[in-house]
Amino acid sequence: MNIGYFPGCSLTGTSKEYDMSLREVLAALDVRLDEIADWSCCGASSAHVTNHLLSVALPARNLQLAKEQGMAEVMAPCAACYNRLVSAQHEIATRPELKGRVEYVLEQKIDGAVTVLNIIELFQRIGTDAIAAKKTLDLDGMTVACYYGCLLVRPAALLGFDDAEQPQSMEALIAATGAKTVDWNFKTECCGAAHSIARTDIVVDLSKKILDDARAHGADAVIVACPMCHSNLDMRQRKMKNAADGHADIPVLYLTELIGLALGIEHKKLGLDLHFINPGPLLARAARKEVAA
Amino acid sequence: MHHAHPHTFSDDIAELTGQDPSLCYQCGKCSAGCPVRAYTESPPNRVVRYVQLGFDDEALASQTPWLCAGCMTCSTRCPKEFDLAAFMDAVRQLGIARGVKPPVADMRSFHESFLSQIESHGRAYELGLVFSYKMASLHLMQDVDVAPEMFLKGKIGVFPHNVRNTDAMKNIFRRAAEVKE
Repeated sequence: MNIGYFPGCSLTGTSKEYDMSLREVLAALDVRLDEIADWSCCGASSAHVTNHLLSVALPARNLQLAKEQGMAEVMAPCAACYNRLVSAQHEIATRPELKGRVEYVLEQKIDGAVTVLNIIELFQRIGTDAIAAKKTLDLDGMTVACYYGCLLVRPAALLGFDDAEQPQSMEALIAATGAKTVDWNFKTECCGAAHSIARTDIVVDLSKKILDDARAHGADAVIVACPMCHSNLDMRQRKMKNAADGHADIPVLYLTELIGLALGIEHKKLGLDLHFINPGPLLARAARKEVAA
Repeated sequence: MHHAHPHTFSDDIAELTGQDPSLCYQCGKCSAGCPVRAYTESPPNRVVRYVQLGFDDEALASQTPWLCAGCMTCSTRCPKEFDLAAFMDAVRQLGIARGVKPPVADMRSFHESFLSQIESHGRAYELGLVFSYKMASLHLMQDVDVAPEMFLKGKIGVFPHNVRNTDAMKNIFRRAAEVKE
């Protein structure tokens, strides 16, 4: 299977382990990524705050490149990029006057459509049977909380992906790895998103509530599919130690890293050494059981 | 668009978002689920009320649109299907267009620093963003607890990733700024 790939800025820097693990896992599952040549930032999460037209034009530039490069489908692993690409395409399709303005800004005609997938949709298409067939390690010693955050599931009517309040698609995929998943309350609560730098206090508060609820429901790791969620939940644990009620570290893994573990891919190749909260002790404890040949 | 009444701030928002703020009947469900409600002076539905009643200055002075994280919990739960997140975006955009002093200065510094990297390079450039934000906000000690480790892990790009034609990116920003929506 071939699929268009829009990495987005985070995957080239602050969350490069998401890109590393994604490439490793998809190669193991015989999926080829065709990266959009000369892609640019989608503008999330700043363009829509300051200039509506820019917030539509930046994603539109990338969708147009994908079409010119012969791609019918593009997968965006970052939840914010995925959301912006889908939203922009929808706005252009439903507001003709806006389409004209975007064409003016980009100095080119916009035509056709591209199907935009998130990472979970791509794994759904690959299928849990294919993942289970390539599994070399059963993760049944691990209990995880699937965290969707905001932009993968909202607005549900536009994204047409999963339920906005009680999504289950990640749990269904993770079942193929053998890991257990918990029922919990904060799977779609906001982590504070792009406030990480300008209002770190808000991000630390919101993210701590999410991690506390995951732990209270028996999870020993949180699984995410968004680089902003990851940096807020992982990196900001440093500042949670100052909280009045204390804080115990809990590892935060990308969905691709968890699947990569089940496929027996080396930890370093999955970038598991690049997190702030070291998942090593958990992995040593949980992921020992090899699948019988 | 033709109106029987003088053009209002509410009309500006309707034109930007494609939805009329008078749709909101003030049930407050948005505010009940808002993750940043505890950090701001007004619940989201009050900002909508300001706009409905023509209190433009109060709406533009509120911290709420600037602290909105864009999580869309409100938009998803609204019984009138009013997209509050798009409304908050529009209030911010109009405040900037009118030259209103941003109620949460650091948020604006962050967004402008981020966008200036995209305008220059086409992609986010972490080191440039950090310098630009620190100079604009004067929070020079921001993130000294995690920055060295980010650096060692290779997560802060030392060099920018440029698109092929950086002049074309600058043109996109210039043209988007000159069009009146």
